[in-house]
Amino acid sequence: MELRAELKYSKSHEWIKEDGDVSVIGLTDYAQSELGDLVFINLPEVGDEVTVGEAFADVESVKAVSDVFSPVSGVVTEINEELLDAPESINEAPYDAWFVKVGEVKETEELLDADAYKAFVESEEA
Amino acid sequence: MGSYVPNTLDERKAMLNEIGYESIDDLFRHIPEQVKIQGGLDIPEGMSEMEVLKKMKEIAKKNKVFPTIFRGAGAYRHYIPAMVNNVISKENLQTAYTPYQAEISQGILQSIFEYQTMMADLTGMDVSNASVYDGATAAAEAVAMCADRKRKKAFVSATVMPSVLEVIKTYCFGNELEIKVIPEKDGVTDIDYLKEHIDKQVACVLIQHPNYYGSLEDAQTIGEVAHEAGAKYVMSVNPISLGALKTPREYGADVAVGDGQPLGLPIAFGGPYLGFMTCVESMMRKLPGRVVGETEDHNGKKGYVLTLQAREQHIRREKASSNICSNQALCALAVGVYLSCMGNEGVTKAAEQSMSKAHYMAEKLAGAGFKVENKQNFFHEFVTVSDTPSEKVLKALEDEDILGGYPLDDKRILWCCTEMNTKEEIDKAVSILKEV
Amino acid sequence: MLIFEKSKTGRKCQNLPECDVPVVTLDAKDKREVKLHLPELSEGELSRHYTELAKKSHGVNDGFYPLGSCTMKYNPRVNEVAAGLEGFTDIHPLQPTETVQGCLEVFKTLESYLCEIAGMKRMTFQPAAGAHGEFTGLLLIKAYHKSHGDEKRKKIIVPDSAHGTNPASAAMAGFSVVSVPSGPDGCVDIEKLKEIAGDDVAGLMLTNPNTVGLFDKNILEITKIIHDCGGLCYYDGANLNAVMGTVRPGDMGFDVIHLNLHKTFSTPHGGGGPGSGPVGCKEFLVPFLPSILVEGEDKLVAVKEKDSIGEMKNFYGNFLVVVRALAYVMTLGKEGIPEASKNAVLNANYMMNKLKDLYTMAYDEVCMHEFVMSLADLKKQTGVSAMDIAKGLLDFEIHPPTMYFPLIVDEALMVEPTETESKETMDEAIAVFRKLYETAGEDAESLHNAPMTTPVTRMDEVGAARHPILRYQFED
Repeated sequence: MELRAELKYSKSHEWIKEDGDVSVIGLTDYAQSELGDLVFINLPEVGDEVTVGEAFADVESVKAVSDVFSPVSGVVTEINEELLDAPESINEAPYDAWFVKVGEVKETEELLDADAYKAFVESEEA
Repeated sequence: MGSYVPNTLDERKAMLNEIGYESIDDLFRHIPEQVKIQGGLDIPEGMSEMEVLKKMKEIAKKNKVFPTIFRGAGAYRHYIPAMVNNVISKENLQTAYTPYQAEISQGILQSIFEYQTMMADLTGMDVSNASVYDGATAAAEAVAMCADRKRKKAFVSATVMPSVLEVIKTYCFGNELEIKVIPEKDGVTDIDYLKEHIDKQVACVLIQHPNYYGSLEDAQTIGEVAHEAGAKYVMSVNPISLGALKTPREYGADVAVGDGQPLGLPIAFGGPYLGFMTCVESMMRKLPGRVVGETEDHNGKKGYVLTLQAREQHIRREKASSNICSNQALCALAVGVYLSCMGNEGVTKAAEQSMSKAHYMAEKLAGAGFKVENKQNFFHEFVTVSDTPSEKVLKALEDEDILGGYPLDDKRILWCCTEMNTKEEIDKAVSILKEV
Repeated sequence: MLIFEKSKTGRKCQNLPECDVPVVTLDAKDKREVKLHLPELSEGELSRHYTELAKKSHGVNDGFYPLGSCTMKYNPRVNEVAAGLEGFTDIHPLQPTETVQGCLEVFKTLESYLCEIAGMKRMTFQPAAGAHGEFTGLLLIKAYHKSHGDEKRKKIIVPDSAHGTNPASAAMAGFSVVSVPSGPDGCVDIEKLKEIAGDDVAGLMLTNPNTVGLFDKNILEITKIIHDCGGLCYYDGANLNAVMGTVRPGDMGFDVIHLNLHKTFSTPHGGGGPGSGPVGCKEFLVPFLPSILVEGEDKLVAVKEKDSIGEMKNFYGNFLVVVRALAYVMTLGKEGIPEASKNAVLNANYMMNKLKDLYTMAYDEVCMHEFVMSLADLKKQTGVSAMDIAKGLLDFEIHPPTMYFPLIVDEALMVEPTETESKETMDEAIAVFRKLYETAGEDAESLHNAPMTTPVTRMDEVGAARHPILRYQFED
């Protein structure tokens, strides 16, 4: 399981990069390997509001569909349209395959650093 | 008389012994007595095959088979090539389940892929699903597929087949989308009304073309009005008409739906038929129902599978856009065989003949005092008005074994011709009506 | 090879005569301009094409088909003959009532038989499939509460073991779905159900026997809990083949049900349809039924209820499927119906008992018409999954059981032999299942690669979904 020290993580397996005023959100390496080969992704639209703990996107494998939850509350400022045509990049490079950028962040859930997230995943596995 | 159970009483006993039970009833012992039927079912005793078939023939005889039919209104008697029934009777195809096990279902999967290709081609669209229940449910599903969080209203023309409108309304009683009916004006959709009332909350505009009265709508303009408001444009079409008429795509539609019955399925008192749904590529993942796609096996051999399944109910459960979990596969097969038998020339011929015969009949009926109400050009259906009560008109034909048009009211009758109606039949019907 | 690749311009079948009236042409604004690409083949080539497709398909007539929850029983041939009678196929749905007395009699007769079997008052044949029936039944429940001004009831309770269709249908009918967990015995957790039950509950959807093949013994208590909170009980008839003639859903406390004529009543599945999902209900829901009801004795008439929810599809249902089911019930009659279900249960228990020393049963107790095995242990030990065993069966010309359902059982295989299979067929299948279990231990790799003998091997489903090719692309 690949982790990046500069990122923060949520317990619902999203990674977050705080980049000035915006939060960039994606799916962790652990999450993508659990989900298997992804074949499609549904993203919100620019301007949509997202809320802490609520689904803002979903990803499909051949036999399952899973919600992706927002670790922050705010407004979507940009979506990664490239993912729509190439969902496999989430499997190939999860930390480059960002989903959305969220601005006007009002609230952020309690996030984990890489070590804490690693411990969390291991405790879940057990 | 029989239950198609092969095991003899001795064999059943032997099986019970092997697994340690005395009787079959022991296997039902854990079911509470209060819910068990006391004294058996109150239905007749079983019958032998000979008796069953005799009885079924007696029942069928109580129906009247009309050798000549001038009635359409949603169910159309076209010629069905002999090949169609032959193919759908093949047991490997007829008795199979949904082709989830692709390795042993390539035949069915390929037939659906071919069906999808033919329907997409016929309607001019990019993709087709594997079919839904019928034309009305296809229309209702199309309305639902166009709606999203911001657009929860649909405009449906009053000139669609009445039961299609009813089905759309019933579906919307469920999904709580708002349906606005665009009134008719001179027998076609009132475009001025639509222009005045359409707004940014409208998910789609749905019309039928040719409409319920057989008339050709100004389909191009309606599409432009819909798109201007950012709404999708759904056209419900008669597939046979596409042998001659512009495709929904050419008129600007985003989604095309309709009933596939005219393509090789018998009228059969209303079913089973098939609903087709095709759309432009950008809406592909919103298309409900089963879809078959091409892929390769692990050795690189080309083959077909059910695909895009994550949209469907067995995976998405309550988040699925539709609960449909079947298609009318055997009917889709029939449609595929029909279109292959007919070919380009045959389908065009069926369309042209249906239209030509309807126009011939309309002209003759006009000569017999039945005024043709359609102000626009019509395809293979048209409406007449006369002072003679519809009931009397139709009774006179029925007495001569002719099923006349469908009575819209006491004075108006909706007539239909297909390639099955000969000039002789038409002349005969008209001559009977001259006497009424 | 696709039919389009066999097509050659100019080849054709001769079906239609020339036009015998003056040909009318369309104005340019309505005339089709884009080219049609329908196949052009001679009749002989066409016939061979479809024979080839049939060869690459596997139906009930090709071998054992123990597909759980789908009731793949034999499809009697007399049903096909009956459904092919001209007096049924050539009847226009809008013919005058006096000329369709036979069609109305078909509906009336089968309705009376199925209402007796189900313990319901009336039944509509309009729904075209099970899922369509569920949607219909839920709209009846919605209309009922609405008629009482009780519009706060927005929840439908569905067990976590339910078919995915149940929650999807509830959502389509505008309800929110509340999942009730199953207890360790695979049945509804009564205490949890009591917690959920309340004045916001519109109803409960349940199948009994449930999707793990067990009869929920608490059924009367379950339906009472729902009724006491003002909700209605919906019976998913998917599993009626286990109990028809022995237990009636109406007597278990259900208010509305759908039946699957293509499962329980022997009509062919057709590779995915057409089916028929008639919906029956108790008297108090009759006013809301869609479509027509047949009334009268000598002279039959079709009437429509005044508070009807409307129409679920055009016309009255998949009529020819209804004809087949009628022929079936006529053949079986009052003795044959329970005989069928009892033998379905016997066959399932026989197979389960002959496999349970090797395969882990999800619930090791008397099953009804089907049973669920969990291959989780086997997978842990050998790496061979439920999917691998299923694919292994294909090399023995056995259709696999339902895989990975219900969701509450890990690595599930759900086996439903049905009553129309003989002891020999099941013994052969049992031997194959046992052999595959052995193979899993000895040569797991061969099962990962199964099947080997089928027209194609395992398909690249990921590729199909990532880059969908949904039609043949013509060159021009």
